Amino acid sequence: MSAPGRRHETLAALGFLAPNFIGFLVFTAGPLLFSLAVSFSNWSLQQNIPFQWTGAENYGELAKDKQFWIYFVNTIYMMLGMPVAIAGSLVCALLLAQRLRGIVVYRTLFYLPTFVNGVALMILWKALYNPSFGPINAVLDWGLQMLHIPAKAPQWLLSTANLFGLDPQELAVTWTKFGLGARDALIIMGIWIAIGGNNMLLYLAALTNVPQELTEAAQIDGAGRWAVFRHVTWPQLAPTTFFIVVMSFIGAFQGGFEQARVMTNGGPSGTTTTLSYYIYTKAFEEFQIGYASAISWVLFAIIFVVTMINWKFGSESWNE
Amino acid sequence: MRADGKYIAPGFGGWWHRQGRWGASHVLLAVLAVTTTLPFLWMLLASFKPLEEVEQVNPFPTEWQPQNYRRVFEQIPFARYYFNSVFIAAWVTFLQVLTSAMAGYAFARLRWPGRDHVFKLYLATLMIPGVVTMIPNFTVMVKLHLLDSYLGLIVPAAFSAFGTFLLRQFMLTIPTSLDEAAAIDGASPWRIFWDVILPLARPGLIALAIFSFMGNYQSLLWPLILTKSESLRTLPIGMLDFDSTYGRQTNLIMAATVMNVIPLVILFVCTQRYLVKGIQMGAVKG
Repeated sequence: MSAPGRRHETLAALGFLAPNFIGFLVFTAGPLLFSLAVSFSNWSLQQNIPFQWTGAENYGELAKDKQFWIYFVNTIYMMLGMPVAIAGSLVCALLLAQRLRGIVVYRTLFYLPTFVNGVALMILWKALYNPSFGPINAVLDWGLQMLHIPAKAPQWLLSTANLFGLDPQELAVTWTKFGLGARDALIIMGIWIAIGGNNMLLYLAALTNVPQELTEAAQIDGAGRWAVFRHVTWPQLAPTTFFIVVMSFIGAFQGGFEQARVMTNGGPSGTTTTLSYYIYTKAFEEFQIGYASAISWVLFAIIFVVTMINWKFGSESWNE
Repeated sequence: MRADGKYIAPGFGGWWHRQGRWGASHVLLAVLAVTTTLPFLWMLLASFKPLEEVEQVNPFPTEWQPQNYRRVFEQIPFARYYFNSVFIAAWVTFLQVLTSAMAGYAFARLRWPGRDHVFKLYLATLMIPGVVTMIPNFTVMVKLHLLDSYLGLIVPAAFSAFGTFLLRQFMLTIPTSLDEAAAIDGASPWRIFWDVILPLARPGLIALAIFSFMGNYQSLLWPLILTKSESLRTLPIGMLDFDSTYGRQTNLIMAATVMNVIPLVILFVCTQRYLVKGIQMGAVKG
């Protein structure tokens, strides 16, 4: 193409990009830098605190902030559901990839929770988990009684119990805390929502791209169903799995706000407060904009580092 | 593992084993489908119950109370919430699709210096937690006096890096011979965009429109911090308020939940084939 044609095309591209790019600068790039700057100040929306640059003070305070570390652990704990949800999505996709009858109906049903996910769904689950009239405990109590097990159904959203017996306000194991509690309730709900969602669709698309000759050749060589999956299908799915794991980590670190706001207010005893909900309360309930910005930058840094580690580790182990 | 391998080995498995495998898959799928559906079913049934029956184990109402639905409208301005949510989501969707399609076109179909670097920058922003940019955006809205306004709810949401990414991927799959032919005929980039690319990218545009509408219809955080007045509340905030004020009236709460969810279910059933395509497109490398 001639030089004037090139220039013409560049100008056109600028025109097409402009609306989006201006929005990007004003609402993403600008705020990003702005919040970095603010994180080095004591800026508060309360009128009586004078603005001051405080250097790295917020970050120093953060390292000593016990709440921050507790909520960090909560955020990590919530990730326990991630491998279950991803494996579940894969199983669903494998089932749906068999071209049985009624696949579209199943796919539609499985995806429904992801599609309607939001405040309404969480209000529904809050009722489902209600220990006095919720159907979950009604079924559990009935089952326990039938089997003559002298145990009580969990208190779910009202309980600080958890799988590791972690104390809610100390980072220590307490014997009385073993069991199922609010965090586990949110994890189970999360799995229910996500299992037939986007990840299942991604796996389904990837499965249809696995060359049929490969699986057939393996079967002719006498490989069983598991062996075909392990040595043919699974390696072919590696890029998809990698994408899903990376995106799941990013989502998990950012997540937990809606559940906490709608279902638990972050409790009981802060056990369901994740980093994103902590930032929300610091910024919009305590109006400590500077400190909240510092936490959000730490969160950003964590996500960035984890993504880079995933990237390095992931691409190494799959390029062998 | 061995036993499992033998189980379906061709020639040995035979009709029985194939039937068995088929049956097992269907049973598993059915169990999963029931698990997905039951909470929705409970919600629907509870919404027709008298209050005292919600607490009973029997999932079916002995006395059906469709008036629960009317009472929701009497207790909270539910119609207003509906209108606000749909109005805001529709505007955001329109603007997002437009700006994303234009930017996607610039990234996928036009050649200009620095294109791939700028695109990588866009991709990198997908990693930024929403809360990081939300705090400055909030303070900007305070300064612009856009708190508690439709404009403040719509404009910051009108630009989407994800949408740009999705539509770029879609437009990359359209054969370049089409725009080259149009360019030889003397069509301007705008004409090519409008007459050639947009019609062919329709499935992608629809997919993005659904995502965007959904996300904004259900959006909680931004409207929560930005609005104060009753008249601007959206459905998620209305639901949250309703739940905290009338939380004991589970039957009414469930009626409101049903009304919140039903439009989504209809939208989903009608548009799901575009949606599936859109999601699967987003992960294609490029």
